[in-house]
Amino acid sequence: MGQQVINGLFLGSIYALFALGYTLVFGVLDILNLAHAAVFMVATFVAVALVGHGVHILLALPAAVLFAGLLGLVLERVAFRPLRARTDSNIAGLISSLAAATIIEAVVLEIWGPNITRFPFGTLPEGPTNQLRLLGGTVSRLQLTIIAVAGLLVLALTWLVQRTRLGREVRAVAESPRAARVLGVDVDRAIAAAFFISSALGGAGGVLYGLAFNSISPDMGRGVELKGLAVIILGGMGSMPGAVLAGFALGLTEVFVVANLGGSWRDVISFAGLFLFLVLRPRGLLGAAVTREA
Amino acid sequence: MRLAPRISLLVAASLLSIGSAHAETVVKIGAALSLTGPAAAYGAQQKVGILAAVEEVNRSGALKGVKLEAVIEDDASTKEQGIAVFQRFINKDKVAAIIGPTLSNTATAADPLAQGARVPVVAVSNTAPKGITDIGDFIWRVSLTEGQVIPGALKRLQAKLGFKKAGVLYGNDDAFTQAGYNVMKAATEAMALEVVGTQTFAKPDKDYTAQLTALLGGKPEILIVSALVENASGIVAQARQLGWQGPIFGGNGFNSPKLMGNAGPAAEGVYVGTAWNKVSSAAPNQAFLKNMAARAHEPDQFCAQAWTGVMAIAEAIRLSGKGGREEVRAGFLKLKALPTPLGTFSFLESRDGSHDPALQVVKDGKFQIVQ
Repeated sequence: MGQQVINGLFLGSIYALFALGYTLVFGVLDILNLAHAAVFMVATFVAVALVGHGVHILLALPAAVLFAGLLGLVLERVAFRPLRARTDSNIAGLISSLAAATIIEAVVLEIWGPNITRFPFGTLPEGPTNQLRLLGGTVSRLQLTIIAVAGLLVLALTWLVQRTRLGREVRAVAESPRAARVLGVDVDRAIAAAFFISSALGGAGGVLYGLAFNSISPDMGRGVELKGLAVIILGGMGSMPGAVLAGFALGLTEVFVVANLGGSWRDVISFAGLFLFLVLRPRGLLGAAVTREA
Repeated sequence: MRLAPRISLLVAASLLSIGSAHAETVVKIGAALSLTGPAAAYGAQQKVGILAAVEEVNRSGALKGVKLEAVIEDDASTKEQGIAVFQRFINKDKVAAIIGPTLSNTATAADPLAQGARVPVVAVSNTAPKGITDIGDFIWRVSLTEGQVIPGALKRLQAKLGFKKAGVLYGNDDAFTQAGYNVMKAATEAMALEVVGTQTFAKPDKDYTAQLTALLGGKPEILIVSALVENASGIVAQARQLGWQGPIFGGNGFNSPKLMGNAGPAAEGVYVGTAWNKVSSAAPNQAFLKNMAARAHEPDQFCAQAWTGVMAIAEAIRLSGKGGREEVRAGFLKLKALPTPLGTFSFLESRDGSHDPALQVVKDGKFQIVQ
């Protein structure tokens, strides 16, 4: 029981991290950035390559996260900004983000090939000496670190959005780009910032995911993308605290369904639950009023 | 439409060839091997095994007045090329028997040609349980199927470790891992093992901790897993992360060095069945190893099975006294308890091969035979 709670929290923290960036861009631009999963994946490969060249993971992680953030800026500039003036920019943006995802995946496939890779052994201390007993279960330091890093990033992002000038600008743009521009907010800069933060978070999620499961492949983002979508819908589109809450809820649900009903039921129950929840509460866990603020 | 008359021509041609084969002292054996394509690593080993075995038979003089000759062709790991090679063997080279093709997939397409032309085929690496030897009465097999390796190896492991309670985990969205699970389930029932839990996963999964935690909660003494190697590595690593230090028994999907590459030290203590006991001290195996050492070749299971295929054909020719196609098949029917590097070998009524499988364990990052 205790172990399953730990397993669920662990899985949930990865979903939450992925969904946070996803929902941030959605909250600001009202578009789904389907290239988010590709950024998640490419950051992992960058980190693996750096570690492979002898860079310590504590340096490789921030470097990969920075790379992901910069890639987010490029995506915004190339795939989204040119379409923004159009009336149908939501659908066009969705399609062009899908194109960007396909291109990124193809490039990674070309460079690193389709095989599953992993971080080199000894990237992080492993083995029984690095395990702790907690809640009647076993938890590795790595898992605790991932849960802690995810928690810290959530807090940092909340602070950034709620308390800083940049955060206020982003929220103002989310409310109304035109009104924000009238008030002297540099709308393009705010949107670019949102993309940078969003992609950096996605990249962090990817590297931690790669470290946790050591199963890194060009299509690793796909499974998480669908779950991330479910999480931001469940949390209330655009709500960041909602995404975190929903991430943990989905992680725990999945683990308990697998443990009690079997692996085949996992997605059935999770998505049926999501559907039922939305029928009863269409705005999601923390949606509606909060949505426009994010 | 144009195929039918051509095939009947092939059949006629092959029937004619039987008559002429009698008088010949040279008996040709065709070998359709994957020397290029995805299965090229297996084909290279098989080629060495076949050439060495043919040389050995000719040197020993066991077949009085008959000289074996191997004709080796590349099936390119594909059905199309496999069919072309079989047609060449049957009609142009007029071989007495065919060894191969390397992959089960190719065999399902090429073997029916040989069956139609009544040319005996010996599969030396096809492990698909269905669709090979049931093509017809001219299709024989040396390689053990999953269904033969798993129960034997698991029984051997139980004799060694004495476990009674097992937790079972398998991929239920893949035909190969599902088939492996079916064999494991039958084996645990036959051995009267108590199964404390059965869990499933899907190929795209990366996180197996929920399944493993549930299984470990039932206090098993062994984990039995049917998975492809990518999933297998993750399962093994996460089981160890959850504190499981007991044995893990895997299906044929585990039978790859990739397991150690991806799971690293966590793979230590993983047991897998195999068709060939490399370190067996039995005389036929030692002779085989000595032959390979003289060639400075490091043989694997595929090499030993290919060697055994040639030895089975030679024995069949010896038993029936002649090297024609029908005689080779008649010899197979009589073949009993042939000493080979794989162990004492016989054909079952289903024309599948039968010998004791071996058990290997990951130790110091390598597969090592459990004695």
